[in-house]
Amino acid sequence: MAGKTIAEKILSSHSNTDSYAGDIVIADLDFMIGQDGTSGVAIDSFNKMGAEKISDPSKIAIIVDHSSPSPNSGVSAIHKKIRDFSKTYGIKLYDIGCGVCHQITPEQGHVVPGDLVIGADSHTCTYGAINVFSTGIGSTDFAAGMISGKLWFKVPETLKVVYRGKLPKGVFSKDLILKLIGDITADGATYMALEIGGEAISSLSVDARFTISNMAIECGAKAGLMETDQKVLDWVNRHSKKIPSPVFADKEAKYAKTIEINIAQLEPQIAKPHTVDNVVPISKLEETTVAQGYIGTCTNGRLEDFQIAAKILKGKKINSNCRLIIAPASKDILLDMIKDGTYQTLLDSGAIAVTPGCGPCVGTHNGVPSDGENVISTANRNFKGRMGNVNSFIYLGSPATVAASMLKGKISDPRNFIN
Amino acid sequence: MQGKAWKFKDNIDTDLIIPARYLNTSDPAELAKHCMEDADPTWINKMQKGDFIVGGENFGCGSSREHAPIAIKAAGVPAVIAKSFARIFYRNAINIGLPILESPDAVDGISEGDEIEVELAKGNIINKTTGKSYKAQAFPEFMQKLIDAGGLIEYIKRKK
Repeated sequence: MAGKTIAEKILSSHSNTDSYAGDIVIADLDFMIGQDGTSGVAIDSFNKMGAEKISDPSKIAIIVDHSSPSPNSGVSAIHKKIRDFSKTYGIKLYDIGCGVCHQITPEQGHVVPGDLVIGADSHTCTYGAINVFSTGIGSTDFAAGMISGKLWFKVPETLKVVYRGKLPKGVFSKDLILKLIGDITADGATYMALEIGGEAISSLSVDARFTISNMAIECGAKAGLMETDQKVLDWVNRHSKKIPSPVFADKEAKYAKTIEINIAQLEPQIAKPHTVDNVVPISKLEETTVAQGYIGTCTNGRLEDFQIAAKILKGKKINSNCRLIIAPASKDILLDMIKDGTYQTLLDSGAIAVTPGCGPCVGTHNGVPSDGENVISTANRNFKGRMGNVNSFIYLGSPATVAASMLKGKISDPRNFIN
Repeated sequence: MQGKAWKFKDNIDTDLIIPARYLNTSDPAELAKHCMEDADPTWINKMQKGDFIVGGENFGCGSSREHAPIAIKAAGVPAVIAKSFARIFYRNAINIGLPILESPDAVDGISEGDEIEVELAKGNIINKTTGKSYKAQAFPEFMQKLIDAGGLIEYIKRKK
């Protein structure tokens, strides 16, 4: 029997088949999520399918995070539709202020290693960091999943990514994933799963690993899988009562390709407008003034992200030409930030805090830039118009890069601010 | 199906197809009014029902919003032809019954404004302006069943 990748193993075990890349399987889902941008259409699809019941409500959560609290009456109507639907069918609802779906889902213990998970949000690939095969799908697939508890998948080929070397000072997991996306481009892993490892990954915290898996979709990948280690198991056991079933790749597994990236000399990376693969090392970036900074999102809105920023901003004031918006990725993170003083430090420096959730990332509220403005953000996308104005320009970097840039009023190298 | 070709560049993302600021409704007709707005704000007024969108590589990359293929379908576009599609858009388009055709040769052989005919069942793309024809990549059998049913909703309804 030929060796298998993590993706091949999880999709085989959940479909009771012996499947390899290219096979199409119908697999049992362990969990599924929707958010307020996509669940309205999913409920429409559910009703159009003539469904009357849900296979297992305990395997579903809907999180109101994208436009939360609602900025207009149209969104309010969608939120109401979601609340009514969740109540009718006994689905767990995380309403406004709970946080971003991709923080809530693992943090509240809904997913554990070895699970197969879908989400009506493209960044569902985030849980790959804890060895979950999780992938983004659309609303109609979400509806079909809720009704049947299953979904069809094409077993993907896998691209193996190995990060070698020790993480340099001032360089973070965000820089590692931006480097990969810049190298292989926005469609470099389309239809494929990533399997990400190497000693550089082992050295990262679980929070930092989420940042990497979160952005797998930005090179087109279906999943951003990592193997479990003790750090992951400890993290999962702290957050979940479910039993993890870690899945490791076979030594003889077949990969579409293996990429090695040595990070020993890596600089902080910046993705320039308007595509995520438009990546340059920070020393190659021309002088770029910024009007707005944003620290948050499902990519970089976790406790250690804010701690890193607070370390740089402590006792200092952000540049008078800048506004810094922060949005913790969950209420639990917000409470932790209050407890350890991070919140106070950031507010003292001049940061403006908005509700735990997606914040201004999706362009529906909470900080739409004006014409001609540059934004430096920890988000995962810098598409034209992403933050709600087609005439603004979004640069992506790590929380440290955003914090350093806020002090200078221009995109700045965080290595100059870290001892 | 026959109509004019409108060409778009590589990496047309879902924010360009339908910006998030318009996701305060799931009404297809409302979404259609803003289709491709951030790629070309005048396109929706210039295009005729029956015209094709011809994209480059990685068409539909970005978010999982099904509003993107819904907006394109409701604008009256009978099919999207591209060199390649992003994975989630690809699934969503099939699920909602928006035909998609993958053919790098066809995209290279089509100029803006060319008159295009598509024979969906055979996967043929015919450029009436140049007289050349192209074959789109065939779908796996399982997906073809979904497409033949008109999407996942119809497929599930029929199976009930």
